[in-house]
Amino acid sequence: MQIASSILRFTARKLLRLLILLGAVAVFSFVLINLSPIDPVNAYIGADMLLISPEQRALIATRWGLDQPMTVRFARWAEQILQGNLGVSIIFNQPVATVIADRFSTSLALMATAWILSGAIGFVLGILAGMREGSLIDRAIRLYAYTLASSPTFWVALLLLIIFSVSLKWAPFCCASPPGLLPDQVTITQRLQHLILPAITLSIVGVANMALHTRQKLIEVLQSEYALFARAQGESIWGLVQNHGIRNVALPAITLQGAALSELFGGAVLAEQVFSYPGLGQATVQAAIRSDVPLLLGIVFFSAIFVFVGNTLADLAYQVIDPRIRIGGGAQ
Amino acid sequence: MSQSSTTPATTTLSSSGKVARIYPWQMNRRQKTVLTIGLCLGFFALALLGGRIIGDAGLSTNLPSRNQAPSLAHPFGTDWLGRDMLTRTLHGLSLSLWVGLLAATFSAVIGAALGTIAATIGGWVDTLLTWCIDVFFSLPHLVLLIMIAFAVGGGTTGVIIAVACTHWTGLARIIRAEVLQLRSAPYVQLAAQFGRSPTWIACEHMLPHLVPQFLVGLILLFPHAILHEAGLTFIGIGLSPHLPAIGIILAESMRYLATGYWWLAAMPGAALLIAVKLFDVLGEHVRALIDPKTRQS
Repeated sequence: MQIASSILRFTARKLLRLLILLGAVAVFSFVLINLSPIDPVNAYIGADMLLISPEQRALIATRWGLDQPMTVRFARWAEQILQGNLGVSIIFNQPVATVIADRFSTSLALMATAWILSGAIGFVLGILAGMREGSLIDRAIRLYAYTLASSPTFWVALLLLIIFSVSLKWAPFCCASPPGLLPDQVTITQRLQHLILPAITLSIVGVANMALHTRQKLIEVLQSEYALFARAQGESIWGLVQNHGIRNVALPAITLQGAALSELFGGAVLAEQVFSYPGLGQATVQAAIRSDVPLLLGIVFFSAIFVFVGNTLADLAYQVIDPRIRIGGGAQ
Repeated sequence: MSQSSTTPATTTLSSSGKVARIYPWQMNRRQKTVLTIGLCLGFFALALLGGRIIGDAGLSTNLPSRNQAPSLAHPFGTDWLGRDMLTRTLHGLSLSLWVGLLAATFSAVIGAALGTIAATIGGWVDTLLTWCIDVFFSLPHLVLLIMIAFAVGGGTTGVIIAVACTHWTGLARIIRAEVLQLRSAPYVQLAAQFGRSPTWIACEHMLPHLVPQFLVGLILLFPHAILHEAGLTFIGIGLSPHLPAIGIILAESMRYLATGYWWLAAMPGAALLIAVKLFDVLGEHVRALIDPKTRQS
């Protein structure tokens, strides 16, 4: 009973935080877009600008409520958002929610692969480097991580494209499926082939942070007194890492992995641009370049939820893994 | 450090306990740090002025020598108009560095000011700022950058404003924590009880701690600012396509990738990577030199 009620409290607290956060993001982005020099009527009319008379412009402005003060417009807009209506995307001519769902389902495979790969590889590299601090392998891993941490994601993507698509012809050049095929004709193998390069790009860039943090934490653990005591009892370095290292290093690594979703989203924007991968990242770029305000705002909301989910997942994993802070606190 | 490097081959105990010989040409750690900082600064001076020094000679269209692979005459190759890629890269790097420097400086000033204000006034101001920082961290950085750059209308100003408005959070946190810690430090409270004016305490006790933090924070902001500037420009929301920025050069190179002109993308990107990496090195070494709290390791 107690556990059920604390799970309930945990969920309620998280939901409340999310609501406040989304409220803040809504106010912030609404004010930002409103202060911007971009004229919504012009953005809507686009190329037909010369065909529209000033009277018609004024009519559009009145119809959209642009003559109202900002607070009134915000109230109207927020009302629509609360009803789940994010508006219609100008460039895709579809409801924003549909576009985001559609695009995200394409990006999801890419992001999930990259997320898991970068987390796992980064953790292993960090353990290897931390175990033998100062050795050749540690130096190599550190050099790799520090170099990757300061290299532009889109440049790494370009290099992989040059090496594996253009020179070696191992991977396809662009997109999420071969050109000229309907979505239901594409096989799983083809999808994977198109997925692999962008996923590798995001993974090898994402590894750096995780590897460096894990290494640092493991070194701290190995310098601790309980590690020294275990050594004195004859524990081997492997046993030490298995029994003391990984358990203690896993917690900060999980927090880091949860927070990595934010960087991953940004990385996906750049990588999808290079590989012409039709995911959410590419939609973000198009929305910004072609002034599709409803879509851009929708993506901003979505990305806030996305990052929040990542952090919450890490919190939840903590509850499962760490006996000290298990939900309900009744771990005896 | 106690051993002067002018005495040849004196022996000293190194940190590992072994007896090491010191030769005149060997430098101690502090000297190495200073030398590294000097070399980095020299590189940045060259990179910042690179465009001016090398001139515009390589930028003119020269169709007979187009699409050449890297050679002695053109170390970075030439592009589809026969322009020298080395010249273009140097111009681009110089532009990217200037934009990054400007944006990072704005950002650091914002961060330091807000951090100090929050810690000094405290109360609801502090709560509000901490909450604002949390909201900033709740969006993917690139999405935030894209939205701000879009809202202010893109272009060079757009990039600078976007980068300046989104990078202050980390430094604001650090400065806030530092000021809070200093305010409760015994020697600061003692000075106040002895009747020292707040201005005196701020200048004599606080600034010596805050200035190194600010400088190091500022330098470590540059890599992020430059990378984000290049990223924004690359996806087409940043600098105008007519400017020779690194992001523009890389975006243009995408059109020629399928033809196998690898040098169009590889070389300018590597130049950017080196510049970013050197800022990291510079930041770490300046930190080691002026911040007594960090170990030199």
